[in-house]
Amino acid sequence: MAFATDTPHMTPAVEFQSVSRHFGAVRAVDGVNLTVAEGEFFAMLGPSGSGKTTCLRLISGFEKPTAGVIRIFGQDSGNTPPNRRNVNTVFQDYALFPHMNVRDNVAYGLMVKGIDRRTRHAKAEEILAVVKLDDYGDRKPGQLSGGQRQRVALARALVNEPQVLLLDEPLGALDLKLREAMQDELKSLQQRLGITFIFVTHDQGEALSMADRVAVFADGKIAQIGTPSEVYTRPRTRFVADFVGSSNVVAPAMAKALGGPEAWASLRPESIRLLPWSKSEIRGSVTAMRYLGSGTRVAVTLPVGEISVLVPAGLPLPNIGDSVGLMLAPNALHPLDGA
Amino acid sequence: MHSDARPPLTLTLAAIGALLFLHLPILLIFLYAFTTEERTYQFPPPGLTTEWFAVAWNRADIWPPLYLSLRVAAVSTALALILGTLCAAAMAKARFFGRDQISLLIILPIALPGIITGMSLRSAYAIMDIPFSTFTIILGHATFCIVIVFNNAVARFRRLSGSIVEASMDLGANGFQTFRHVLLPNLGSALLAGGMLAFALSFDEVIVTTFTAGQQSTLPIWMLNELVRPRQRPVTNVVAIVVFVTTFIPILLAYYLTRGGSETAGGGK
Repeated sequence: MAFATDTPHMTPAVEFQSVSRHFGAVRAVDGVNLTVAEGEFFAMLGPSGSGKTTCLRLISGFEKPTAGVIRIFGQDSGNTPPNRRNVNTVFQDYALFPHMNVRDNVAYGLMVKGIDRRTRHAKAEEILAVVKLDDYGDRKPGQLSGGQRQRVALARALVNEPQVLLLDEPLGALDLKLREAMQDELKSLQQRLGITFIFVTHDQGEALSMADRVAVFADGKIAQIGTPSEVYTRPRTRFVADFVGSSNVVAPAMAKALGGPEAWASLRPESIRLLPWSKSEIRGSVTAMRYLGSGTRVAVTLPVGEISVLVPAGLPLPNIGDSVGLMLAPNALHPLDGA
Repeated sequence: MHSDARPPLTLTLAAIGALLFLHLPILLIFLYAFTTEERTYQFPPPGLTTEWFAVAWNRADIWPPLYLSLRVAAVSTALALILGTLCAAAMAKARFFGRDQISLLIILPIALPGIITGMSLRSAYAIMDIPFSTFTIILGHATFCIVIVFNNAVARFRRLSGSIVEASMDLGANGFQTFRHVLLPNLGSALLAGGMLAFALSFDEVIVTTFTAGQQSTLPIWMLNELVRPRQRPVTNVVAIVVFVTTFIPILLAYYLTRGGSETAGGGK
């Protein structure tokens, strides 16, 4: 791995040591430890209410930790106000200033630092070119499309040359096509600038395709942290298995029926193949089918429970009620931690 | 419900009648400013003249009440702009137990009959041994001016994306810079509208003023006293036109500035 997060001589960009943020009885963030290396593209993935956004706000300074230590490039930052941190945020709703044109929006961070108009406008234009909005300086945010506003928000944050850029559900408000284009663009922008990006999302596809490493959040804690392929292929808990890519979470009895050890396991729908009934020892009947475009998700009911199978487009599909046999790819059953 | 059917004739007539009843007397006020008859409001006027404008201009007793009214309106509006905005900022941002109740307490002075506000302030001044002065009138007016500004500002605060303040802080601005560069430009028209409404309300306020003014007269109180006198009655009408213009124009402007929003809610005092 390129990111030697555990090498002691390198100062991590962001470091959480047993950080908690409680709101009364609600433990929004509960004893989180994490390390983000400099230059890393780091994703915080989780359902709403899992604590990922609170973690982001702890880094930006809009929340203060109830307990624990937050270090940004080695500096204890738990009590530093947001305007004194060299960290900038791309907000979920972009939060562009509606009364300013695009150029003044982008130059805002430089203006409040007292940089003269000519210099800050020149820098704003420079960064607007980076996000491909060269000729939009005079427009007001209200005259831009969603994708353009997103770029302005990005430019406005980047113009300050932050040590860490935080992105709160950056692509949530865009339509599918634009979202995919922006994913590629964000990724290449991050690689070009070499700035540490930390982004929050509830979309596992987004996290897996963009991030160098992913932290999966559940109930204010990190359920698993690792590279996208680690998290996807070797989920540690039932929650991660279920949330990242909708794996089958297999109960011990079912695992045994599928030919594995009698223990909790995860099983990817795409690592199962449907066979004619007579060709397999593992048999069930088709109870539901859902067409997904790139494939079809088939629900097969076995005597011990139901399991989901992904049949890629082009392969023959069974009918509802058919009896089918199942074949698992080698090592498809991946053991999960007890809970 | 949208209907293309014509309303019944009786309803149309009733509506026209009600509008005439509301607005014709205002025209009469204007008309009597030009009448040649100075003792009674005789209709139709026996003749028309503009001499009362000159008479009013030269009457020394009009100017001190006019100055007082302008001063009171200006100072209470300024007070209201500062306190009302701060109040709105706090209420729009904070989430705490009893927030709605406190919100109601802030708005209460506008719902309270003026006579109650006036009596309570008068007895409070008496208990605290505060002699009547311009200051006591201003305090009385500020009670309802603050509400007007608060109502305007709080509506705008709610419409603003909450995160633009955070965005400003995130980009390195301190509290003052955020207020100056982000909040003020976005609140501007709401505050201007609230301020103008407050000014207009203060300028023609009678009830609270009678309880808090002591020996001084504001312009509306001067008019009230003048109406019972037998001579030079049209002068009062000339002053009425002045009051009308000074209060109507700001209210009209406030209306156009905040059109499309709900900011002018509560302007009924």
